[in-house]
Parts: sequence; C-alpha cells; structure tokens
Amino acid sequence: MADFRMPSLGADMEDLSLVEWKVAPGDAVRRGDVIAVVETDKSAVEIEVFDSGVVGEILVQAGSSVPAGTILATIETGESSSPSASPPVEAPAAGESPAPVEAPPAPVPGPVPKRVRMSPAARKLARELGIAEEGLQGSGPRGAVTREDILAAAEAGKQGPQAGMRKAISAAMSRANREIPHYYLSSTIDLSPSTEWLKAHNADRPPEDRLLIGALLIKAVAMAVRKVPELNGHYIDGAFRSSERVHVGMAVALRQGGVIAPAIFDADQCTLEELMRRLKDMVSRAREGRIRGSELTDASITITSLGDRGCDEVFGIINPPQVAMIGFGGIRQGPWVLDGAVVPRDLVTASLSADHRVSDGHRGARFQATLAKRLQEPEKL
Amino acid sequence: MSEGLSYREALREAHRSALAGDARVFLMGLDVGAYGGTYAVSKGLFEEFGPLRVRDAPLSESGFVGAGIGAAMGGMRPIVEIMTVNFSLLALDQIVNVAATLRHMSGGQFSVPIVIRMVTGAGRQLAAQHSHSFDGWFAHVPGLRVVAPATVEDAGGMLSTAVDDPDPVIILEHNALYSTRSKVAPPLPPVPLEGAAVRRPGQHVSIIAYGGSVSKALQAASSLAQEGIEAEVIDLRSLRPLDSKTVLESVGRTSRAVVVDEMWKTGSLAAEIVAQIAEQAFYELDAPVARVCTEEVPIPYARHLELAALPDVSKIVSAVKGLFKGG
Repeated sequence: MADFRMPSLGADMEDLSLVEWKVAPGDAVRRGDVIAVVETDKSAVEIEVFDSGVVGEILVQAGSSVPAGTILATIETGESSSPSASPPVEAPAAGESPAPVEAPPAPVPGPVPKRVRMSPAARKLARELGIAEEGLQGSGPRGAVTREDILAAAEAGKQGPQAGMRKAISAAMSRANREIPHYYLSSTIDLSPSTEWLKAHNADRPPEDRLLIGALLIKAVAMAVRKVPELNGHYIDGAFRSSERVHVGMAVALRQGGVIAPAIFDADQCTLEELMRRLKDMVSRAREGRIRGSELTDASITITSLGDRGCDEVFGIINPPQVAMIGFGGIRQGPWVLDGAVVPRDLVTASLSADHRVSDGHRGARFQATLAKRLQEPEKL
Repeated sequence: MSEGLSYREALREAHRSALAGDARVFLMGLDVGAYGGTYAVSKGLFEEFGPLRVRDAPLSESGFVGAGIGAAMGGMRPIVEIMTVNFSLLALDQIVNVAATLRHMSGGQFSVPIVIRMVTGAGRQLAAQHSHSFDGWFAHVPGLRVVAPATVEDAGGMLSTAVDDPDPVIILEHNALYSTRSKVAPPLPPVPLEGAAVRRPGQHVSIIAYGGSVSKALQAASSLAQEGIEAEVIDLRSLRPLDSKTVLESVGRTSRAVVVDEMWKTGSLAAEIVAQIAEQAFYELDAPVARVCTEEVPIPYARHLELAALPDVSKIVSAVKGLFKGG
C-alpha cells in the first residue's frame, strides 16, 4: 500500500486545488501514469503516480484545495495481487538457448483519457478563445461543458489565474532575491562555428526536421554543467544537493502573461534532434497548460533566453531551490578579433546567475569557459 | 358573434372570395355542400354558390381527388377537402403518383393547379382512424407544396395564395385550430406559401413547431419565461419547402433546439429538422437537440390516454429544461 500525495509544485505554493481525478477506485495504475490534475497558481498540472498498483481509496475529492503533502489517495501495491506488476524478468543462463518468446501478458489498459463532455458550440468557442478543455467544470445537461462555462472560464482566466501567477512569481522571486546571494558573470561567445554548422546541417533538411540554435545552446549548457556540478542541483534546508542528472528548465513566456520553466529531463543525454523535438513539445504544452507536475518541480538548472526580444544580455533571478540560471541574449553580428584581424562574427552573450552559498566566481567562470568551448565544437554536441 | 375572425371563418371567407372572384374555382369533398362541411368550413357556401360550385362527392377519396386533378389539368381551379388525413391515404396514389409528378413527366406541358385541404391531428377523441398526423409523408414528396397554417391569418391568406398557385398545394388544417380567433376582419391579405415565422423571439432556446403544436409551444415559452428561460418559437408554416434558413439562424442565436411535432417520433418531420440542424448547425449546438412527438401508439380513444400520447405544454417545458443546467 502506498500513498498518493499532493506534490509540492514550486516555491510558496501552499494551496493546491485538485481539479480532476483521471482514475477511480479499482483502476489499475502504473508508475508514471497521469492520474490527477491539480490547479496551481500558475497553471493546470498533470500529476503522475509513482507506484504501480490499483487505486484504493480516493481521500480528497476533485474540487478541494489541500496543502502539498496531503494524501490524496491510496494505491494498493500488493506484489501478488497487483494485476499491473510485471513478473520478474529472469536473465537466461549463459549457454542456454533463449526460450521461445512468449506473448507478454495482455497489458492492463491504463486509464483511458476521458474526453471532456462538452457541447460542440462550447468546444468551438474554447478553441477560438484558447481555453484548455481539461479540468473544465460543466454546468449543462449531465455535466456537459457549455458555452456559458467557457465564457466563465475565459473571464476567470482574465483575472484569477493570471493574478495568481503574478502572485506566485512575486513570492518565489522575492524569496530568491532575499535569500540567495547572487553573483553574475557574463561572457560574449563567438557563435559562428555553431551557426555555420547549423546552416550546413539544415541545408538539405525539410523545415520540420531542421534544428534551431536553441537546441545547441541547451545541449552545450547541459554538457558544461556536468563539469561544474555546483551549479546543477537544489539548495534545500541549508544544504546543497548536487543532482546526478541534468534536467534543464526552459523559461517559457505564456501568452496570457507570466512565465513557467518546465524541465527537459536528462538534456545532457539527448541528441540534438531529440532536444529539438522535446523543446517544441514542451513549449506547445506549456502554452496549452498541459505541463506535468514533475516537469515543473524537477529542473536542476534553468535557461532563460530573451534574445528574440532584442536583448543583448539577461541576468536572471535564480528559480529556487535551484542554484543557477543561465541567460542568453540575442545572437547578433559584431566585430570580433580573429587571428589579429577584426572580422564580423555571430556573437551571443551568455550570462550566469549563480548562488554564492554553493559556488564561487572561480567555478562559475569555469562553467562559462566550458560553455564557450562547447559552442566552438558543435559537431560534438 | 365574437369579435374578429375564427380560423374556420377565415377559411370560409377565403373560399367565398375565391369562388366569387374566379369562375374556374370550385369546392369538392365529402359533405362540403348541403351539410356545410364536417368542420363547418363551407357552411353557407352551398346556398350561396349552388351545387355545381360546391359539390358533394361520393365516398371515394381516390375518385374525387382524381376527378379534381383531372379538372385542374382541364383548366379548372379545384379545391378538394378531405375529411381527415387518415382518409387521404386512399387518395395517396392520386396525390403522389399523379398530382405531384405530371409537371415533371410532361416536361412542363401540364400543371395540376389543385388545392387539397385536409384535417389533421388528434385531441378530439376521434380514435385511431381519425386522429393521425402524416404531415411529414406529404412533405417528403417533391412536386407538392405543403403548408400547415397555425394562425387565422395564415389559414385564410394561404388558401387564397394556394388557389392561384399553378401546382398542387396540400393544406393541413389541425382540428384544434378551427375555433381559434384573431382580431382581424375579412378580406385577409394573401400569404406566401413559403417561409417560417418567428412567433416569439428569445435567446436561450429555439422551439420549432408547426400547425396545432405552435400554440402549445407558445404556452410553453410563456411558462419558461417565468423561470428565466427565453424561448424563441418558430412556426414552420410551410413544410415543403422547409425554411431551413430561419430554423438554422434561430438555432445559431440560441444554441439549443426542441422540435415539437404531432407525428410519431420515428421518421417524423421533426426527424428531418433535427437532421438538418445536426448537418448544418452542429458547431452552434450547446446541448443535444430534443424532440417532443406523439407516443408511438395508434392514437387512443380514451381521453386520458389520448392526452398522454400527445405533445403538450408540460412535455415541451420539461424537454427545454432538459437542455439546461441539471437537465
């Protein structure tokens, strides 16, 4: 038996509202299944279960607000009784010819994603207004979401969540600025090797397969931070814990205002193509409000980029409990001295905001140098 | 005599002016002459116009409808009354196979300018052989115009227009309407045979009805208004051609529709209207479309059973409420 708890979804988010159960008692669940939706001050977040088993008792009903840590449901994880537990896999003994592959037991169907019961007019209006369907409460016949519900959600969206998000950002950033002794380093990097490599790489690829420079920057940061683990991890209760894995949070500005920074897990292990795919997916899901809880909480370092807005440099405030924030300004052509001659090159200014409780400028500079070096060798990213 | 005009009188006046104004016009049917008509529509016309212009027919719907069609082809402007829609089935061959087809089959050389009036609907304890509604059966047939006047003005005005129409026109007169009155005086102006009417505007739900169901829809709308639901009532008026545009525009405004039809639900005219809404206004719908039709039984004779079988105000009200919160 395991407890399924309301996760902590970020700094200073105390009241979290459980908006939807995607499972009912008796449903089989597997680790990683999304089984509930929680509305935070920032957005609706899909919550995964960390245990496989069968949903026991639902302890908190949809619609209630509870603090992080509250037990929401119990998961029966009894080894033998669990229909979804995989049988232990035995490695075939050396020399033994592999047994004919048996058909695997029929997979226990996961909870079928429930289509929101919604009138055609409401669905059309929701699309026009960019209202996410998930988590809407219907007031129509048999609980169907109606146009009125969409208009109400749009109205609430104008005031509630946005005000809520401002409040959440305000709380987290005030705390970060109050408690974290930031230091800042900035380096201008010759990005031409990367941009030229990218141009050649993309030349014979259809637009949907092309890479953007952002994928190279993320990979370079993820690889560089491996060399300086003091920048990758979490500072909790007076102690720094370095993270084994590199989960890069990407600050994404939301259309309705505000910003969230969902993580790309194991960014250092991803190919550039994989990073590109996940980046696109992440940005579109962030803007649709379909980010998973773990993606919001598990980043070990964050990147922010305001280059496309024309800024040359950005010095971010660290997103606690992380200890570093990397900022990229815009890529611009500028004079650069190469082999004694001034030549036009593609330049970018990378900045590091780091937590002085954990690292010193010397280590930060090491990171900056490593990052610059990585971007000189794009073929190795 | 009460003020204004009844539906029956409006029809009688329209007959009178048609008979007086055009020598080709004559009325024919069972008991329309000396007896004055089963529903007293033609009362007095026999005396006024004589037995050649107001003709009692033998008891053979196929025969006298066929004779009317022949007269129409020969240059006359017959009005044929059928006592109830149930008996029109005996003349269905003449109506569907002859009247509706001849313009098409003769390449436009012949037309059939006949008006066939028939009494329809239940509610008078006339039992299963005199109470049915087959409006949609006629509305199914290309080559016919089918109208279902629901008001005094439409009853008189549509008959006048129908007599002048060069093609067959079926007029469906619901038996519950003959005594309804309106503060109008004859002569009533002609009314086009096409186009639905918004009888009551409203923004929350469209109630689509015709003939004898329109007054029930209006009463339901009044009752709903007291609970804050503003229903728009559409009177279809013409069942063929159907004024889909008015229906769809209304549903576009209200996003909800209830169709009231005294036919049995299966294969009813209401089914056609719901299908058109689903085809053309799907994305405007904020709730499923509902129908209030007659229960699928031969209309019972017993009063309480007959009433239970028919659409009524409370059934319309609850169908509408079913499309809203908690429905």
